Amino acid sequence: MTGWTADEMMTVTAARALIGRASCFVGIGLPSTAANLARRTGAPDLALIYESGTIGSRPRTLPLSIGDGELAVTADAVVSVPEIFNYWLQPGRIDLGFLGAAQLDRFGNINTTVVGDYRQPKVRLPGAGGAPEIAASCREVAVVVRHRRRTLVDKVDFVTSVGFGDGPGHRARLGLRGRGPVLVITDLGVLEPDPETCELTLTSVHPGVDPDRVREQTGWPLRIREPLAVTPEPTDHELAALRALTAESVGGTGDV
Amino acid sequence: MAEIVTLAEGIAGLVADGDLVALEGFTHLIPVAAGHELIRQGRRDLTLARMTPDIVYDQLIGAGCASGLIFSWGGNPGVGSLHRLRDAVEHGWPQPLRLEEHSHAGMANRYAAGASGLPFAVLRGYTGTDLLRHTSTVATVTCPFTGEELTAVAALNPDVTIIHAQRADRRGAVQLWGITGVQKEALLAARRSLVTVEEIVPELTPRPGAIVLPAWAVTAVAEVPGGARPSYAQDYYERDNDAYRAWDAISRDRETFLDWLSRTVLEPVARS
Repeated sequence: MTGWTADEMMTVTAARALIGRASCFVGIGLPSTAANLARRTGAPDLALIYESGTIGSRPRTLPLSIGDGELAVTADAVVSVPEIFNYWLQPGRIDLGFLGAAQLDRFGNINTTVVGDYRQPKVRLPGAGGAPEIAASCREVAVVVRHRRRTLVDKVDFVTSVGFGDGPGHRARLGLRGRGPVLVITDLGVLEPDPETCELTLTSVHPGVDPDRVREQTGWPLRIREPLAVTPEPTDHELAALRALTAESVGGTGDV
Repeated sequence: MAEIVTLAEGIAGLVADGDLVALEGFTHLIPVAAGHELIRQGRRDLTLARMTPDIVYDQLIGAGCASGLIFSWGGNPGVGSLHRLRDAVEHGWPQPLRLEEHSHAGMANRYAAGASGLPFAVLRGYTGTDLLRHTSTVATVTCPFTGEELTAVAALNPDVTIIHAQRADRRGAVQLWGITGVQKEALLAARRSLVTVEEIVPELTPRPGAIVLPAWAVTAVAEVPGGARPSYAQDYYERDNDAYRAWDAISRDRETFLDWLSRTVLEPVARS
């Protein structure tokens, strides 16, 4: 099957990152689409956990919000919001946190708070939500963002959620328990932290993407790991599952 | 025992100008009708607390009811920004808005501390973030047993917490189920509370996973069928996702918003 879009490539790649994981703390939007695709493709037993308190949700359609009724009625358990953060996230029980970002810097720090100065913001963004503790406490973190120069910036205007802070050793100094962002999946390729410097480095480009274009769309001098991989194309099965999932998502909360 | 009141009586009797008010609900069971009643009664200078201010908070802010917001994520879930909130923060319209910003984990623990009668809660959170630099209700504490440095968040005790639930009985005991969010903690943390419910029934039948708030823990209950629309009440009606999508265009423009406000909220709504 050909004729897939850059967004479909991104979502399929993000879903593959969940193969072999037991549990995923899911943010809304692109991460939720990818996590639900993973359950329909390579990770059928993956436990989806949403910050609204739903554990092991198996939504039949994509939720619009993280608190849609569909997530509750298809869950193994529904717990209170304090419980989801204190008992389930905080001790480091959850394998992977899946986050989006308005800004992401070379060390994987995330801004979802403001663009510009905090007191006089150019753009007021929604804020932190669950992200600071997801980024701190999940065993590993993956970030899904569309690759734009205004998004992948040299330095975030506001550190909402910590990646590698200002570089090697910073997470340990802060006492953060999780490993931090191990994967950034965009619509152009995949970035991973360099083992020595923690700097996000291009490790794979999606088919047909010129690495120079990725450089142009990145707000820091992007390093490329050689040999640069090319992401495998979406399979027919992955594409069909993704299209079925998004076609079904006409909203609704799935009360039964 | 909780008093059974009308929505207008409940708001008039329990919420004063300048109060710290929490209308809690995590996507589910959002007390929208109560928010609209606050607007109709012209409350001013409220400090609004909520983990996830959404479109009803956007409406309260745009209508000029709020001078402060204590929150952790202010957006229209799955759709985008809250444009009235942004207009208040970015341009001071209709008035400036003081922000006190937290993470979800921090806010949830602030309510839990408030409900527990403690001055603060302890958690692993905020470390390394810029939130610490802009929020005075977060500090560092040392564990007396291990010496470990941890994060403390100040208790949050609203003057009034308003929630919506599926049912209450005639004495005012409240039952809610599905995604129950942080409503129990927010209500128990408050000095006064108002619960709007889909229906008042003679007797509450037990339901798996339901929360029950005894009548003596609630100040007042009002029967307001549909009081959570366009959010949802599990087993009563579904979330009106189209209304959330439509809010984006309504809220972008001040005039369009004011027109919506007068047509939809300010003209008294006849309730059966």
